[in-house]
Amino acid sequence: MLSANVVLFTALAYVALLFVVAFFSDRRARRGWLGLVRSPIVYTLSISVYCTSWTFYGAVGSAARNGLEFATIYLGPTLVFVGWWFLLRKLVRIGRVHRASSIADLISSRYGKSMSLAVLVTVIAVIGTTPYIALQLKAVTTSFQVVASTTHTALLGIPEADLDLRTGFWVAVGMAVFTILFGTRNIDANEHHHGVVAAIALEALVKLFALIAVGLYVVFAIGGGVGEVFALPASAKVLGAEVFGPRWVALTFLSATAIVCLPRQFQITVVENADEEHLRTAAWLFPLYLFLTCLFTLPIAITGLATMPAGSNPDMYVLTLPMLHDRSALSLLVFIGGFSSATSMVIVASIALSIMVSNHIVMPIALRLAWLSRGVSGDVKSLLLVSRRISIALILSLGFVYFVFSAHSDALAKIGLIAFAGVAQFLPCLIGGLYWHRASKGGAFAGLLIGFVTWAYTLLLPSFEGGAVPASLFSDGPWGIALLRPEALFGAGGMDPLVHALFWSLSLNAGLFVLISLIKDQNPLERLQSTLFVDVFRNPADKESRFIHRSAAIDDLFVLAQRILGAEQAYLLFRDYARRQGIEEGLPRPSTEFIAQLERQFAGSIGAASARVMISQVVTGETISLGEMMRLVDETQQVIEYSQQLEQKSQQLQVTARQLREANERLRLLDAQKDDFLSQVSHEVRTPMASIRSFSEILLETRDLESEQATRFLSIIHDETLRLTRLLDEILDLSHLERGELAWSLQPLDAEAVLDRAIETCRGMAASADVQLVVGPRAGSVRVMGHEDRLNQVFINLISNAIKHNRSRAPVVTVSSAIAEGRYQVTFEDNGEGVPAEARDRIFTKFSRAWTQSRPRDAGAGLGLAISRAIARKMHGDVELLPAGRPGSGVGARFRVSLPLARGQAAPAGELERRAGE
Amino acid sequence: MAATVLIAEDEPNLVESLSFILRREGCEVSAVFDGEAVLERLRDGLPDVLVLDVMLPKRNGFDVLKAIRSDPRLTGIPVLVLTAKGQERDRKTAEQLGADAFVTKPFSNRDVVDRIKRLAGL
Repeated sequence: MLSANVVLFTALAYVALLFVVAFFSDRRARRGWLGLVRSPIVYTLSISVYCTSWTFYGAVGSAARNGLEFATIYLGPTLVFVGWWFLLRKLVRIGRVHRASSIADLISSRYGKSMSLAVLVTVIAVIGTTPYIALQLKAVTTSFQVVASTTHTALLGIPEADLDLRTGFWVAVGMAVFTILFGTRNIDANEHHHGVVAAIALEALVKLFALIAVGLYVVFAIGGGVGEVFALPASAKVLGAEVFGPRWVALTFLSATAIVCLPRQFQITVVENADEEHLRTAAWLFPLYLFLTCLFTLPIAITGLATMPAGSNPDMYVLTLPMLHDRSALSLLVFIGGFSSATSMVIVASIALSIMVSNHIVMPIALRLAWLSRGVSGDVKSLLLVSRRISIALILSLGFVYFVFSAHSDALAKIGLIAFAGVAQFLPCLIGGLYWHRASKGGAFAGLLIGFVTWAYTLLLPSFEGGAVPASLFSDGPWGIALLRPEALFGAGGMDPLVHALFWSLSLNAGLFVLISLIKDQNPLERLQSTLFVDVFRNPADKESRFIHRSAAIDDLFVLAQRILGAEQAYLLFRDYARRQGIEEGLPRPSTEFIAQLERQFAGSIGAASARVMISQVVTGETISLGEMMRLVDETQQVIEYSQQLEQKSQQLQVTARQLREANERLRLLDAQKDDFLSQVSHEVRTPMASIRSFSEILLETRDLESEQATRFLSIIHDETLRLTRLLDEILDLSHLERGELAWSLQPLDAEAVLDRAIETCRGMAASADVQLVVGPRAGSVRVMGHEDRLNQVFINLISNAIKHNRSRAPVVTVSSAIAEGRYQVTFEDNGEGVPAEARDRIFTKFSRAWTQSRPRDAGAGLGLAISRAIARKMHGDVELLPAGRPGSGVGARFRVSLPLARGQAAPAGELERRAGE
Repeated sequence: MAATVLIAEDEPNLVESLSFILRREGCEVSAVFDGEAVLERLRDGLPDVLVLDVMLPKRNGFDVLKAIRSDPRLTGIPVLVLTAKGQERDRKTAEQLGADAFVTKPFSNRDVVDRIKRLAGL
């Protein structure tokens, strides 16, 4: 058995150790030796302030009563650190960039530096945390009484009535002194509390060590091994409990929320964070810490159930099990472990709350009071320090008072989860603020308020049932309205009270938050802050100065800085900035950037909202540049759109590339055709030139040439010259036709008359070639839209082709015309060999005379058909080769020219006659 | 000794001028007007020199040259290729196919005659 004095002495010695650790860490840090203090391991250990005495003692109690349910409290944070570390990273980044001093400050800053929002968050945090502090006081008191008791009856647990309130009082006083000493050394929240953090880290090790020690003792010394412990009949009761239901999900969700939203967690994780990289270590080390913490929970609970006397308090098994076996040293270690859990929570929570209370409740009031406007150097700073110290004392007093009044009920037991559910109300506006541009102040405020009220009504109020609150409220509802019963709101009865409360408070909270954010527009400052927060990784906070233009007298700013930061720090800050501006002596220029930096500096001390108020007292002509802001929003939007466009563009690029390939292919083809054409032209020119040169050389060199022969050679030269001229004419003609340079005015003309003239022109040629030119059936009078000379050219070309290429023994060329299919059609037919099948496809291309066996003297260069077709098409008609006749039918090649009729031509004959008769 | 020359050319005027200048040099000249006719004529007897136009109807000059060079009976005939296209590509093709000389239209009478005489071994 341990005497009360030994326990007390040990506890005091431990506290003294904490003081020493805190003191030296602070001193080392101030001298710039940050090595150990700034390590990621210390950071992770300090996060374990999450594990309070409630988990230290209560986890085993929970396991003994509800089986595996206790695991949810560890599961939630593990999920957040492992799976949602990006959320924490964003939170930490924003906290650092905007110098957020608390979760209230961060939320207020995000929603346009709203004072009212900061107050509301602070109030909720205080109401949610005070009972939790009371819970720690109770745990320390109870464990002290148990470990220092002299009888075995204490093992059953201390009856509520016998709680020694004095112990609780001195614990509260001790913690207040510690917190005030190490938690209010400076006012800038971003200047870390190194001493406190070091002490908390030490406490984290102590409580883990104590839990593992007692766990090993219970399993191997009492139980005889892991297998033996789980073989105990009690294990069936612990493991068999049905836990995986809505409550399991709700509890996991709650603990996940708590690790983000609890003010003390925000304080440690965000405000005290020295390096974002530390989160990487914490992401695996903290879950590991949690795992080790709960490793022995089940064995201890099972062993406790199996070996402790009936009626023992399971919440004290951790302590009473070693006591039962008279292990004094181990019992003392466990007591110190529980003491560590309680004190670390109380210290950090009261620091976090005191910052919130002083920055968001005391400062705003002080700002409105007349005496503060005297503007004495350092007055704001001292006011803050004093108000923080008083806040800490007040918060601990409040916790103690709550402890005193509720000590005799079991209300405290549930308070852990109730507090979690309370701070969970911060979740919608916090997450919305980090990821949703439109989230607005009105929405956040309304959501928080309705969530808080619902939480208080459905969860906090029922915890007082039987005391100040009449039972009829729960059975019948207020004023007998059953729909408003606190634990069956809107008729949703039959649910677990916690699940019920969580469902309604968070649904109403999130619903109203989203609804009002959607309805209500943000003011410019809100919009600016929302962009700076949501896109924090793209927009550094100093971009703020791009949007808020303001000026101030540098002297006023300096006075203000002295009041808030103190004379020395203000001087250093101004001197540094002046040097950065290139000014060696004197004050910096009051640029917009400088004012923005100053405001952030102030925000670290007094919160964003108060900092803004104080700055705006000395600032003149503040304008928020909406245009700049929209540009920023646009830039962000553009980045998103850009990535989408990139994807689109890459697809478009592929399409374009394919089109380019196709175009390139066409160009290559055209180029090849051009080469081909040039080569053809060269050939067509060189051939007559060869004759001309050869014969002229003969004429020049041969003296004794007979005159008859000389005449013949000269006439050949003459013919070839004509042929060359004709060739050049044709090439030019075709080129003009193809380039479409000739603008023809198409006129109605008598096509039959043109055909008659063409036939007459060719009669001479036919006669000299011994070809019979026959005129077949004719269309009569036909008017087409066309160009008379060109049409004539086409007809002559086709008739002369038929004459020239006809190799029949009795050559006949027949020309006939008709109106068919609404068009004027002229057919030219010969009785020659026809066009060879393999040549049919290309006779309309240039220089294709492939079907001629040998060329008559006056043959064209092979451009005739191409030219004819081009001309006909200009008149919206065509020239085509008709299908070959059967062999031996006497039908050779058949070409057809078809042209559209001029308007009015298509009128039925009867109509024409009727008109003629009029 | 009179050399025999076969002219394969579809342009009658050129056949006439070539025949005139070659006969004046004492050659025996005959002519065909398309590619198939060349090979047909060669069946009757081999000339001392073949003047072969590239752009022949029915079967072009290169085709004919290939057939000649792959036929052991015909392969020894000296061939002068005549072309109006005058492109380097054609000259190379002609060389690869085994043409003994290559003349571009319009040509110098003297040049053609000299080359033919050299090919005929005169």
